[in-house]
Amino acid sequence: MLHILPLLFFQYFTTNPELILVLKVVLSIVAVISLVAVLGLFLIYMERKVAAAMQLRLGPNRVGYIGTLQTMADTLKLLTKEGFTPGESDKFMFFLAPVIVITSAVLAFAPIPFAKGYQFWNLEIGVFYVPAVASISVIGVLMGGWASNNKYSLIGAMRSGAQIVSYELSVGLSLVSIVVLTGSMNFTTIIMSQENGWWIFKGHIPVVISFVIFLIASTAEINRTPFDLSEAESELTAGFHTEYSGIQLAMFLLAEYVNMFVISAVAATLYFGGWMPLHIGHWEAFNHIMNFIPGVIWFVGKTLFVIFIIMWFRWTFPRLRIDQLLNLEWKYLMPISLVNLLLVTIITLMGWHF
Amino acid sequence: MQPTVEVLNERDYILNVGPQHPSTHGVLHLRIKIEGETILDVEPVLGYIHRSIEKMSEALTYRQFIQMTSRMDYLSAHMNNLACALAIENALQVEVPDKVKYIRTILCELTRLASHQLWWAANGLDLGAVTPFFLAFRDREAITDIFEEVCGSRLTMNYIVPGGLMEDVPEGFADKIKTYLDTFERTLSEYDQLLTGNEIFRGRNIGVGVLTKEEALAYGCTGPVARASGLSCDVRKWFPYEMYDKLSFEEIILTEGDSYARYKVRIAEMYQSIKILRQLLDGIPEGDFQAKVKKIIKLPAGEFYQRVETARGEFGVYIVSDGKSSSPYRIKFRSPGLSNLAALPFMTKGAKIGDLIAVMASLDLVIPDIDR
Repeated sequence: MLHILPLLFFQYFTTNPELILVLKVVLSIVAVISLVAVLGLFLIYMERKVAAAMQLRLGPNRVGYIGTLQTMADTLKLLTKEGFTPGESDKFMFFLAPVIVITSAVLAFAPIPFAKGYQFWNLEIGVFYVPAVASISVIGVLMGGWASNNKYSLIGAMRSGAQIVSYELSVGLSLVSIVVLTGSMNFTTIIMSQENGWWIFKGHIPVVISFVIFLIASTAEINRTPFDLSEAESELTAGFHTEYSGIQLAMFLLAEYVNMFVISAVAATLYFGGWMPLHIGHWEAFNHIMNFIPGVIWFVGKTLFVIFIIMWFRWTFPRLRIDQLLNLEWKYLMPISLVNLLLVTIITLMGWHF
Repeated sequence: MQPTVEVLNERDYILNVGPQHPSTHGVLHLRIKIEGETILDVEPVLGYIHRSIEKMSEALTYRQFIQMTSRMDYLSAHMNNLACALAIENALQVEVPDKVKYIRTILCELTRLASHQLWWAANGLDLGAVTPFFLAFRDREAITDIFEEVCGSRLTMNYIVPGGLMEDVPEGFADKIKTYLDTFERTLSEYDQLLTGNEIFRGRNIGVGVLTKEEALAYGCTGPVARASGLSCDVRKWFPYEMYDKLSFEEIILTEGDSYARYKVRIAEMYQSIKILRQLLDGIPEGDFQAKVKKIIKLPAGEFYQRVETARGEFGVYIVSDGKSSSPYRIKFRSPGLSNLAALPFMTKGAKIGDLIAVMASLDLVIPDIDR
């Protein structure tokens, strides 16, 4: 009798729905965290190599093969450093800030489909969920800036607050134009609607405009040059994370790259069809050949393409000033996206898109 | 005496920019009074790198104190050395050989190029663009290599001495510079592609930190800063020394007086420097690299002043000699940076924090020059 106990246990585990759910959740968490860690390592390496290519240098090339382990070494160094808390700071909030920032970044991963059926959470309101969750990070940034008890940090945090709150509108409005076209907020449905061509090609000029606005506004959302005012190195030393060190600083840095990946993944999903291969209308043979390339490669390729554009911005543009930043949003991007949304709606109603 | 800048009140919101700050280019300390992002007042605090070079010079001989001047405006080391050498030569009434004049002028213009390249690099960096830094350093590296070959040093040159040069220039000096100029003329156009035409860069600079001609005169601004405000003040034109009266070049004068005008003046000056160098390189005469000057120099009693145009503006050396000792009785340097910095509080009042950095970048400050 005893020898079938393990089998009974196994049967119990595999048939009990609650336990399966718990198992699923645990596995998802492990998967997301390891994905985030790997992404952080890879994207920082990629950024340094892209920067090097644009700046006539080689970039990391000592640790590991062509410097691939450099970020690993840097992370180890950050992990072993003392997490210093300034004396006069608000200790609890100072500790909490990087946790909130990284949590919001990781949460935004949930509804993103990596390949057909590979999605942590097939959420009906995915398009709404991602910016909503990602914008929680502003609370962490404000908290960190305030709790540091440093004037540079505070100014950086206030800038970040003004910036993220403003640019959220444009990000939202440009996402809505795709929602209008597809009639769904579910990422999988949006991808399926691009079976006969990506929206960037099908949706005429308004979709291209909304893509450009999305790219600009989301660059501002994730605090990257030319919109990196909240951590403007030449003005505020490091902005809101001036006082952070060690693992807490690593969390802020990791959150930036994870956010960049999420933003680029959303752009790739909405405008370039996510994991959907390049399909052109009724070119059956062509579409069939394209189908041989796995969806995950399509997804990662498109995402990296968008990430590359954002990195390209960073290494070629100077930074804006705070009033110019807000002018750009409220006087240009916002009205343009509103008009553009109207155009997209007209196109959808008249059925002018392909 | 009334203080020109009101000493900032304790109750104001004060932000200390520096002395350790990424974009003060050294240990400059600015206490700025802010309201939100707007700057209400700026108070520069000096003294962090004061080495009392002028006082130290009184204990050094005429040949020795010149070495100090390389440590002031380290980006214009050749020009600073030249000013001292010229002052001493004028006092002794020594005529240096033509070859020396040629080589001194060439080295000065190369220094100006290198200095403006470094300014361009730092200007981009201060505005948040990192890539210009590397492009400019690529070009500057070649110039410092030439300097290294000529005088064994890359920053503190001490090559121009009273009566001539420390040593003769190496073989192929002119050819090397000619090759360099050909490459640099090509890469200089990259500077325009990367920053000059950039919409963000223009937005950050046009109409920012305006300095009127009257203010420039009042604060004693010189160099590209004053010339961008329409003030003609090029020492090379007004009080020519060495070869400058025989060369054809333009004094770049713009009238806008904003950061962008200062930017354009420096870029145009780089083209002028190339033009000057091209005129000089073909005709370097043969001859001695030193005139006959005694080993121990004693100046006649009196006061001597010599000014040169460095990359930042007018640099003056004022020497008082008692006629007996082999070291100066009194030395005073007139550094361009100090006067240019004096105008900063008035240029940035009411601007944003980002503007302060942009304006400071456009002034091209070298702190050891301001604070001697």
